[in-house]
This record gives sequence, structure tokens and C-alpha cells, in this order.
Amino acid sequence: MYDLNKILVGLAIFLLFFTFPILYGMGSAVPVPKPKLDTPEIQKLTDKKCVEDTHFMRTSHMQFLNYWRDRAVREDHRTYESKLNGKKYDISLQNTCMKCHSNKKDFCDSCHTYASVKPYCWDCHIEPKAAKESM
Amino acid sequence: MKASRREFLKLAGVSALFGLGANAAFELLTPGALEASSEVAHGAAHGEAAAGVQAATRWAMVIDVRKCILQEDCQDCVLACNSTHNIPTVGNPKEEIKWIWKDTFEHLFPDQHSQYVDEGLEGKAFPVMCNHCDNPPCVRVCPTKATFRRPDGIVMMDMHRCIGCRFCMAACPYGARSFNWRDPRKYFEGKEAMLNPEQPTRTKGVVEKCTFCPERLAKGLEPACVEACKKRKSDCLIFGNLNDPESEVRKILRKRTSIRRKPELGTKPSVFFLV
Repeated sequence: MYDLNKILVGLAIFLLFFTFPILYGMGSAVPVPKPKLDTPEIQKLTDKKCVEDTHFMRTSHMQFLNYWRDRAVREDHRTYESKLNGKKYDISLQNTCMKCHSNKKDFCDSCHTYASVKPYCWDCHIEPKAAKESM
Repeated sequence: MKASRREFLKLAGVSALFGLGANAAFELLTPGALEASSEVAHGAAHGEAAAGVQAATRWAMVIDVRKCILQEDCQDCVLACNSTHNIPTVGNPKEEIKWIWKDTFEHLFPDQHSQYVDEGLEGKAFPVMCNHCDNPPCVRVCPTKATFRRPDGIVMMDMHRCIGCRFCMAACPYGARSFNWRDPRKYFEGKEAMLNPEQPTRTKGVVEKCTFCPERLAKGLEPACVEACKKRKSDCLIFGNLNDPESEVRKILRKRTSIRRKPELGTKPSVFFLV
């Protein structure tokens, strides 16, 4: 075989280069994010519950937000009755969801960054912090 | 199977007869059903109200031009709308965003072919907005149903669905629609205090227009422009339900002469001007 040494060196360099991202991040696993729930608005609640139970909100909030969007914008039904306790909520991302979860950075973004998803809600909807800073 | 020419022609003829008779057979067995189903589908697709069925509510705006032209420099309705809906001040008229704006009689009613315009009206500006037509051409052309007609007559925009093709802008004969050529947030940089935190802005590449403030109507409030006009006590804008014969809009339309923009197009606007 010709140039065996050169090929082996080249292969080693290639392998090192290709596996660099894995080797570099080895042992420093990013911890699973824990969205913070300690906003003043949530502290005030006696019964600390979202519109539906935590598991459902965690797994299906995207579909649920789409459902809310269609109910309000397309069907003009602007109140939602919770299946948890029958409590009524105004259907609104800015005025209901973000009233409690006013910490977008520590709540929404913590998971979205971890999972590398980029929802475009905030292209139009105003996040509470931007509004607060300006007050 | 081996068919002779004679047999093939026989079969083809009988099949053709059946085909031609199918429509008649439907008519005979379920009269009207076939036509009705296609009409319902058509009406629903285009967001038109089914003929003969009247919704309980039909929102409409009446603009008292005679009263409004007395308030010459008033922009209260426009400013109220802009601040409620986070509408940016663009500056460049080619890219401007407007839901409600003021213009002159000659511009708004070019089809009123009077060579001699009433001196009181000439050059005087009064507000206009989306006409919320009964037969909205913008809704017909929208490929994604981002704009649609609600049962209460409001021609609504669903910004989530708008792809920015601007067919609706080409279709609207009233120039009531505006396109976001740039990110509207850009115009609020350093002026974040002006943003209404209860309402969204729009994003680059969507079309927007007046929506008669459905989020306010749901709370029993009147549109922001009407509220601002009433606050000033000039009462040029009257908002109400056309399908209620005792509503304020119906009462004033009975008393005064009203005109609508480009009625010859058959769009049936629900914004009336008292002249």
C-alpha cells in the first residue's frame, strides 16, 4: 500500500475534526431547564393553577395556543372555561397568559432555547418586559 | 371480453343517456338539494351571508360629514386608533399604514360627478376606514382565508394566516388596506412607551386594516375612534347595529340623507356618510 502513514495521519485528523463538537461538550451536559414560576402575579394566586393542568400545559401548550387563537380571532369566542375547575378566562396571549407568566426570559425562553425552537409569537405580540421597561 | 363495434356503440350510447339524466334524476328525487349544496359551499367559501337569513347583528358606522368638517384640524379618531392598535407613523406615504384616515370629499367620492362641489364640503377632510362590505372583494381573492367576513358583518384579518400576497389590496376598491413593507416595531424604537401592551403590533409582510375593534366590541365597548369622537363631544362617528331598527345608526339613517363610497360596484359598504 502506498502512503500508508500519510493516510493514517489524515484519517486521524479527519476523525478528530469531525468528532470535535462531541468531544468538546463531553462531561458538561446542559441541565434540563426549570421554567420559573415565581412572578408576583403567580405569588398572589391562592390556588396556583394554570388554565389547565401542568402536564397538559407542558406537553400541549402549542396546540392549546393555536386553539385559543382560532377561537378568538376566527370564531370570536373570547372566554375559555377551564376543564380543571370551570373558572373562566379571557382568551388572550398578551392579557391572560403573559399577565401571570410575566417572566418570558425565565419561563418561555428557558425551554425554547434548550429545545432550539423559535416560535414567532413575539414578532407581533408584545412581551410583558418590553412593555414594562417603557412604563 | 371481445366486443363488436356495434355492441360498443350501444353501451356508449346508454351510458351517455344515464349521464345526461343524472342531474334530472337528482332534481326529481330531492328537489333543490343539489343546487342548494353548491350554493352553501360557495357562500361559505366567500364568507357571504346566506340569502334570506339575517344575523342578529350587523355592525355599521355612520360618519356625520357635516359635523366633522366643523372640526377642521381634529385628528382625535385617527390618533385614538393608532395608539390602540399600535399603528406606526411611517412618514413615507408609499409605505404608510392606516386603519382610519382623513381625506377630502373629492378624493373619497370621485364618482359624484358634480362639477361644482358644495362650497361647505370643498377641500374639507373627514374620516374614512374599511367599509366592512357585505360583499367584500378582498375576502373573495384571499388565498389563505386570512381575511374573512364574520357573521356580524365585520371583515376580519387573521394576521397569523396572512402571507402578504397583497391580492386583497388589489381587490379593495377603497384603498383601505395597508401593507407592512418593513417591521413595524422599527418605528417604535425608543418610543416603546407608545405601545399599547394589551394589543399586538404586526410583523413585516402582512396586510392590515380597520377591524371595527372586535376585542372592544366583545367587552361591550365601542370602537376606539368612536369613543375618542364622543369624548370630544363632536359626535361625528356613530356606531351600531344595522339589523336593529331602533338602533342609533338606523334612526339617523332614517332621518338624514346618506351616501356610500362607490355603490355601483355592488360591494354594499356598511360605512355611511351623512352629507
